[in-house]
Amino acid sequence: MHSYGYRANGVLSLSLTILALLCTVASLSGGILNLPPPSAQVEVVNINWFQKHRSGNDEVSLTLNISANLESLFTWNTKQIFVFLAAEYETPKNSLNQVSIWDGIIPSIEQAKFRINTINKYRLADQGNNLRGREFNLTLHWHVMPRTGKMFADKIVMTGYRMPHEYV
Amino acid sequence: MGWIGETVDSIKSIQIRQVLSQAVSLGMIVTSALIIWKALMCITGSESPVVVVLSGSMEPGFKRGDILFLHMSKDPIRAGEIVVFNVDGREIPIVHRVIKVHERQDTGEVDVLTKGDNNYGDDRLLYAHGQLWLQRHHIMGRAVGFLPYVGWVTIIMTEKPLIKYVLIGALGLLVITSKD
Repeated sequence: MHSYGYRANGVLSLSLTILALLCTVASLSGGILNLPPPSAQVEVVNINWFQKHRSGNDEVSLTLNISANLESLFTWNTKQIFVFLAAEYETPKNSLNQVSIWDGIIPSIEQAKFRINTINKYRLADQGNNLRGREFNLTLHWHVMPRTGKMFADKIVMTGYRMPHEYV
Repeated sequence: MGWIGETVDSIKSIQIRQVLSQAVSLGMIVTSALIIWKALMCITGSESPVVVVLSGSMEPGFKRGDILFLHMSKDPIRAGEIVVFNVDGREIPIVHRVIKVHERQDTGEVDVLTKGDNNYGDDRLLYAHGQLWLQRHHIMGRAVGFLPYVGWVTIIMTEKPLIKYVLIGALGLLVITSKD
């Protein structure tokens, strides 16, 4: 009745239940720190070049100033935040184009307030040649990756950017 | 040694009725596991609701041996989501992040480009020869939840089958010899 097997089984299942419970509680809790909500500013400092690529697609190279404060997203269940900047626009061909042009991983709250100056890390190329004079949004997306539990994402949309009317 | 002797005795003392009831309870365990798995498939809409991360291409977010819970809804695919996709000619699905989305105006079809957070370049090298974009039908689900380390159990079992057989044997013996 009270063999070692039973005791081991009992201890194991109890500890697994408690662990699962703690993980659930950890993933549900959060937002305890009272910090200002996320904020972001992006400035297009320069259009380095803008041309029609050999493949026939418009492609542009930008220099950007990105500053953001994502400190309030960190809780004790946050492993890291994946943050990326996407150019988003509509063309006659596509109802939505989302092109990630910069991304980064924020491993701790100390690095959650940042300001960087960078050229686009990934190619900003259209499917076609619809970029001249095109209005576009720059959206800062973040994906919060937990130590355990549910992942969540949100974004800040910044509007009113426009491509040059001629290739440069 | 007493434990082994006890076990042998209990095997000897098994009655037909007891064998039957144990077979039934074993069957219950197996079928309820199957029911849970199939129910998860229904709820999440994904043909494999849980996947184990096998490579380090998404580190430090996901490490080898972590478990991901997938969900496949009708919602359109958007940049930033972590998706699980199949490439023609590759057996094992890949878990990577979407970095580009182009959604067609007339048909609503999407072209998607992915990249592993820990990889230097995008995934075009992993795709089938000449393939530039993933389409909707390549994508099996998107990752919504995360549980660390648990997947090591399956990784160890697939790489060291001996441990699997020993474990199954021990569990089976435990079920057979249990008296309740």
